[in-house]
Amino acid sequence: MEEKKMTYADKKALRERMKRLKPGKLERRYARMGYVFMIPWFIGAAVFLAYPLCMSFWYALNNIRITPLGQKFTFLGYGNFTQILIQDPDFVVELVNYLTSTVLSVPIIVVFALIIAMMLNMNIKGKGFFRLIFFLPVIIVSGPILGMLNSEGAGSISAVDVQAISGAIGSVLPSIIAEPISDLFGNMITTLWYSGVQILIFLSGLQKIDRSMYEAAKIDGGSGWECFWKITLPNLRSMILLNTIYTVVFISNNSENPIIVLIKESMFSGTKEKGYGYASAMAWLYSLVVLLLVGAFALILAGRKDQYEKQVKRAVKLRKKEAREKKRIERRNRRNAARIERKREKGQITSHTTSRSDY
Amino acid sequence: MGSKDREGFLKQFTVYALLICIGFIYTYPILHMVSSSMMTLDDLLDSSIKWLPSSLNFENFRQAGESMNFWTALWQSAVIAGVPTICNLLSCSVTGYALARFDFPGKKIVMGIIILSFVLPAQITMIPTYVLYSKLGILNTVWAFILPALFGQGFKAPIFILIFWQFFRQIPKVLIEASRIDGAGHFRSFFKVALPSAAPAFITVALFSFVWYWNESYLTELYVHGVYGQSNWTTLVIQLDNFAANFSGYQQTATNAATNLNESISMAGTLLSILPLTILYLVLQRHFVESIDRTGITGE
Repeated sequence: MEEKKMTYADKKALRERMKRLKPGKLERRYARMGYVFMIPWFIGAAVFLAYPLCMSFWYALNNIRITPLGQKFTFLGYGNFTQILIQDPDFVVELVNYLTSTVLSVPIIVVFALIIAMMLNMNIKGKGFFRLIFFLPVIIVSGPILGMLNSEGAGSISAVDVQAISGAIGSVLPSIIAEPISDLFGNMITTLWYSGVQILIFLSGLQKIDRSMYEAAKIDGGSGWECFWKITLPNLRSMILLNTIYTVVFISNNSENPIIVLIKESMFSGTKEKGYGYASAMAWLYSLVVLLLVGAFALILAGRKDQYEKQVKRAVKLRKKEAREKKRIERRNRRNAARIERKREKGQITSHTTSRSDY
Repeated sequence: MGSKDREGFLKQFTVYALLICIGFIYTYPILHMVSSSMMTLDDLLDSSIKWLPSSLNFENFRQAGESMNFWTALWQSAVIAGVPTICNLLSCSVTGYALARFDFPGKKIVMGIIILSFVLPAQITMIPTYVLYSKLGILNTVWAFILPALFGQGFKAPIFILIFWQFFRQIPKVLIEASRIDGAGHFRSFFKVALPSAAPAFITVALFSFVWYWNESYLTELYVHGVYGQSNWTTLVIQLDNFAANFSGYQQTATNAATNLNESISMAGTLLSILPLTILYLVLQRHFVESIDRTGITGE
């Protein structure tokens, strides 16, 4: 991240210096020691990551039946995928539900975490106590506990009439969007419970912002509102991205998530067409969707450069262009001068050019 | 934030009011759980009783605890969460150190794989891993959790590797170089210089790893408990997941008359299953709450 702060010239100089200073033999040998420390991870990545990943892809292309003699593979190609997408009654529905509910709840969780973190960052008494409360869900959140609380109706506030809200939403929006929204209201608290770690991340990010920036802004007459948009938010940008990705990953791996329950069910389903292969294909589709979702969020949040950086970049570009232009003019002048010189030496100068140069 | 005199009384008041309100809403499910877990059946049906039960009634806890096999499940949860945590600490600290200290070729690729494996849902590798474990004969034993953790592929290991990486990067390189000049080898400078200064990272990773393993139910059920409950291993969270089934089984065998499953009993069961970690949290609260600050995971 430090590289970003360096100017272009610095970066260039550094790169040139690095090129000149090739790491010596000793240095390289030292660096290679890293592999020794990485051995456990390499073994783990090969056995528990790469191998299952490849196998799972192979599984996804097959129908696997477990017979007393062992697994029986029948190659299907993309048959599993088409069956999941076209014939499975649940998967696509659950996938759409998952997508809408994630897209809805991720901003809520992140914004909620940001608000709480900003309040906790203020100069208030009992900070430790409030932190204790807001971090508590991290300890107790687990699929079955959430399921239990939601099913007993403890996941929402009884004072808020959830039925009325979901009724109102249902009458306005089509059911495919309305359903996740009313689900969200039904389990509002437990949704907010996902924000424990995010609050802490924001909190430590807030504490790292230089106080003097706020003071300078205050002297210049900036209001709290402006300070938030111009100082706090830009400084927290990388943390917002981190929290968003964390939230998406967390929701996707939560054991209450109906899709992963579905995958497990079809893994152990006794029917002829389901089984390991079918479940693997489902897992691949699901992973693809999760990756796309994370990518989309990352693109939305990381794509924007802030205004200052943009201006600096533009100025640098402009200056470079000017320098290039200047160089070109200089070169042309030199060339022209040389040509004139040559011609004069040969004595073939026409009256036209002399008069011009004399002019 | 800023000088205090500029923040008026009204603003302070609003912040406190908001925090208390949101805090109450936030803890509402827990409060609800505590209060209804002590209610008798009469209290539950009595609409005039909303929060305070008419008497402190611990019968629900006894029944829920007995049906869940509380003490066995507690012990086994501790093992299932604790042993892989130790393995996680070992493997992730070594990996994090390698990534922070050495500029070996291909480091960027490794980092990329680690981040990718964090984003990738576990389901994609789950089925072949399941088959692999059953071939190795470690399915339905704790080894199914220990083995991947030993090799840096435990549950949520990418996060822990990144925490260690971030932490070891902050240790001044000069320290390691000084130990090298003094004649320490790579391993010695790792064990004697880097590890002792990484205590905060160890505490953080240990706490989070323990909590996450403890609360994991999906993979625990698949690898350790067995989908059909083939093994003797179980955890509190899984017991809670199968609470209704367990309870009806208990009801038939219980010698003294057990009541039918009602909300109070399930809430008592839920409370019992979160109790151990909550106590741990209250004891070690400072370490939990300051954990992310200290590891500097947010520092770029």
